[in-house]
Amino acid sequence: MSIPVALTINGRRHALVLDDPRVTLLDLLRERLDLTGTKKGCDRGQCGACTVLLDGRRVNACLALAVSHDGADIVTIEGLAESCGLEPGQLHPVQSAFIDHDAFQCGFCTPGQIMSAVGLLREARSDPNLDDDPERVRELMSGNLCRCGAYLGITEAILDASARLRDAGAEA
Amino acid sequence: MNRFDYVRAASVAEAVAAWVPGASFLAGGTNLLDLMKGDIVRPSRLIDITRIPGLDSIEPLADGGLRIGALVRNSDLARDRHVSGTYPALAEALLSGASGQLRNAATTAGNAMQRTRCAYFYDPASACNKRDPGAGCDARGGDTRLHAVLGWSAHCIATNPSDFCVPLAALDAVVEIAGRSGTREVALEAFHTLPGDHPETETVLEEGEMILAVRLPPEAAGFAAHSRYLKVRERTSYAFAVVSAAASLRLAQGRIAEARLALGGVAAKPWRAREAERLLIGRLPDAAAWTECAAAALSGAHPSGDNDFKIDLARRLVATAFARAAAGTPDRLPALPASPFAVPVVSSGVHAFA
Repeated sequence: MSIPVALTINGRRHALVLDDPRVTLLDLLRERLDLTGTKKGCDRGQCGACTVLLDGRRVNACLALAVSHDGADIVTIEGLAESCGLEPGQLHPVQSAFIDHDAFQCGFCTPGQIMSAVGLLREARSDPNLDDDPERVRELMSGNLCRCGAYLGITEAILDASARLRDAGAEA
Repeated sequence: MNRFDYVRAASVAEAVAAWVPGASFLAGGTNLLDLMKGDIVRPSRLIDITRIPGLDSIEPLADGGLRIGALVRNSDLARDRHVSGTYPALAEALLSGASGQLRNAATTAGNAMQRTRCAYFYDPASACNKRDPGAGCDARGGDTRLHAVLGWSAHCIATNPSDFCVPLAALDAVVEIAGRSGTREVALEAFHTLPGDHPETETVLEEGEMILAVRLPPEAAGFAAHSRYLKVRERTSYAFAVVSAAASLRLAQGRIAEARLALGGVAAKPWRAREAERLLIGRLPDAAAWTECAAAALSGAHPSGDNDFKIDLARRLVATAFARAAAGTPDRLPALPASPFAVPVVSSGVHAFA
């Protein structure tokens, strides 16, 4: 069975042919396109390591069939900064804040944490129930596990990035 | 994961026509793909309904009701200003479930169709009458913290995991269904079935039928000022309910004119407690009323294992949910939606999470 799938990934259009409808977005990114920044943790939607932006919204790439998202626009950690108009080599403000706040140890969950945080900050623009309350940030990041336990730094980094973006009048 | 045929439907008619025995409809996929990865379900065909136009809208109806399309994402529904302002318990339930990522993918219809989180159902090495009819039930005598205390049978003690369906049941929601022979409607309260002798059957959907929408009747808007959804879970966030309660009140001249109550985490379906609701009519909204109502709501409860604590927990949660509802829907959703431990937020009577 050959199934054509067209996806825009990090601003680049990919015309792919799948030989099996079981391929998830996560496996397609990692195994077919060598975009290994998106991590496979639990592969069951529980850990958040595979979080990407799908048509601008954070989702678990492990629970998305690539074929079902034919035509979608996907941003992964590799393309995050450039998707926001930054030059190659520059960091997205959320990436910088993770470094500033030591928001990781081993780093495995970090791409998913950052993509989830960016998704959260974008959701916050239209959601009056989001603000700079640490409890809300922790609640809204509960789909991202960190086995090193860097949650304190992660929460601080997101609050800091949120404040910096707001002060700059910029969007995440 | 088993091999399957993939069919992308362009219309409802195409989707129901594509159905064959063993097929499943695919929407957000957050539960279905997880079950397929665990080899718990093995659909022969996936009929992708995500491209069908017209199923993703939230429509206020002329009669004052609301129609929620099958493909409306949980996060979009929870953040809709009209929904959060008019049906606050619905928004609170949605935002207390799953994670931000899952809510962005999960749909209205998918939520109603999600399978139990019984660990024995999820474990292919365990006997499960739901997965393998006649095999037996290893949950009996096992770890039963998340299992039923109402409506269970000797063959199955699993619970329905939905948060969203609990306030939907309380608010008399109706499920719109399409099949090859046309469309029909079923009360959400009657949509999920109790296990009895056939725990493998979980809803009244006939073979090949799919959900088109969930509709709220005009009366559901009458509870906006006094509605809460509370949920006790093993972790602060991102966990299924041990017990949950949707409590809504309509107050008039300081007394209870109408009450609605449904429980989650206690049965194979969202458990509407109509007898308990009736006891509140005409009463003062006070602790004595809540205690009596809570006792009535759990009067038919029996532990299905080492879970008798859930009965008392549910009684106390019902009383707390009604007390919080009577105090007024908070102006803002609490930082921890549905948490009974969150500091109560003062209500100004504006009663909108918006």
